[in-house]
Amino acid sequence: MDYQTVIVEEKNAVGYLTFNRPKQLNSFNEVMHKEVSAVLKAWAKDKAIRAVVISAEGRGFCAGQDLNDRVVDPNADAPDLGLSIEKYYNPLIKVITEMPKPVICAVNGVAAGAGANIALACDIVIAAQSASFIQAFCRLGLVPDSGGTWFLPRLVGRAQAMGLAMLGDKISAERAAQLGMIWQVAADNALKIEAEKMAEHLAKQPTYGLSLIKKAIHAAAGNNLDDQLILERDLQRLAGRSSDYREGVQAFMQKRTPEYKGC
Amino acid sequence: MEYIKSTSPKNGVVLIELNRPEKRNALNNATLQALAACLQQLDADPAIKAVVITGNEQCFAAGADLNELAQLDVIRIQQDRRPQLWKSIDEFSKPLIMAVNGYALGAGFELALHGDIVLTGDNAQFALPEIGLGMLPGAGGTQRLARLAGQQLTMRWAMTGEMLDAPAAVQYGLSSQICPAALTVQYAVELAEKISKQAPLAIRVIKQSLKSIHEVTLSQGLKLERQHFVWLAATQDRQEGINAFLEKRKPEFRGV
Repeated sequence: MDYQTVIVEEKNAVGYLTFNRPKQLNSFNEVMHKEVSAVLKAWAKDKAIRAVVISAEGRGFCAGQDLNDRVVDPNADAPDLGLSIEKYYNPLIKVITEMPKPVICAVNGVAAGAGANIALACDIVIAAQSASFIQAFCRLGLVPDSGGTWFLPRLVGRAQAMGLAMLGDKISAERAAQLGMIWQVAADNALKIEAEKMAEHLAKQPTYGLSLIKKAIHAAAGNNLDDQLILERDLQRLAGRSSDYREGVQAFMQKRTPEYKGC
Repeated sequence: MEYIKSTSPKNGVVLIELNRPEKRNALNNATLQALAACLQQLDADPAIKAVVITGNEQCFAAGADLNELAQLDVIRIQQDRRPQLWKSIDEFSKPLIMAVNGYALGAGFELALHGDIVLTGDNAQFALPEIGLGMLPGAGGTQRLARLAGQQLTMRWAMTGEMLDAPAAVQYGLSSQICPAALTVQYAVELAEKISKQAPLAIRVIKQSLKSIHEVTLSQGLKLERQHFVWLAATQDRQEGINAFLEKRKPEFRGV
């Protein structure tokens, strides 16, 4: 299939989705929303894909919404920004957070607005040394969307989240890592290799088990300890029924490397 | 082709699975008939203590059979046997547990509402989509749902056909628990087994007493409850229950 705004590659059980509107710093327009959504939805169901890498072409990662799509006429009725959130951004964040396999984000450059929060929605974020994160919303009178107000306080605590969201300062990849916003900083020329290495490793791991870990960690944000303990019991029950668990135990007993199938 | 499958009793519990996966377990007349007949049989069997009804992991039951409905004109609908079948499901006297995964729509939702206890999978979706077909729910949907969730929500759901997910079902009192979909049936059966170990006569009057709340006033209901209470005093199981408690052992109920 041909895409106008993304590059899609499947290799060694890893799906690589690369935003490809480099001149617009990979900001989202309607076509890009539709293409990204179609690809991620297909991978969510595709058992052959066991890890996903999201990255971008050019010097930026993603500048969020393409503002050329949102020309504001001062005399016209106020635009309904909720519409594109409901239609595109919220489903995108959900498809990433509910993807039953690890999603790695390789942030190659500036990640601003929704672009930053799309990165934060991913399971593991690696940023290039020269990359940066900006919660740009406050500068236009808007609210961090695409999960920003949910992810930020959970990742960095309220004090830092407020500062990031209200000041809208550009923060470096180093600083993001120090704050605990992202997993790792890589040298600019090593970013792709690091992401690929991690994805290929994860693609050989017990995917179903990883999907349950992901579920548990996301649920933790809304659960008290009692509920979370019950959820862990339930998920462990499911995990214990997987063939990967059997393989893992057998391989351990037989002192060999396990061969996981992802189910 | 069997419309329902039932397991042989284990620990007093029978699991009935709706079995028309290609029609998303749509409750055609034959399925409803089979279900009612099966329940009648189980009701009469003293070895059976509780029953679990489920669909499959993707779908509980996606409504009535539209082809059958389309053939009914106003005369034939008057002679329809379905209300009788629903009634006989409603009259099942033993604990009836619904394990709902996936879609429970229209008649499927209404069947779930016949459960004494409902467990929902985390993928459960409930709705009354009849309005989209120019109809209304015809198997207690407006009645049982309104008694559980109240007028506001039921009006809204019945007039729009909006979907409710598993957390909503628990929040509004339609289900007592959310389970991972793959475990719903297991947990429902475990719950049924727990109940099956209790004194059958006490379970019977608990069910009667609770189901009567929609039929009688509070003072009548309290009187009925008292009568059940007095009546149970004459049973051996009550004595066994009290003795076992005092002797710090597990009771062994025999249904007498």
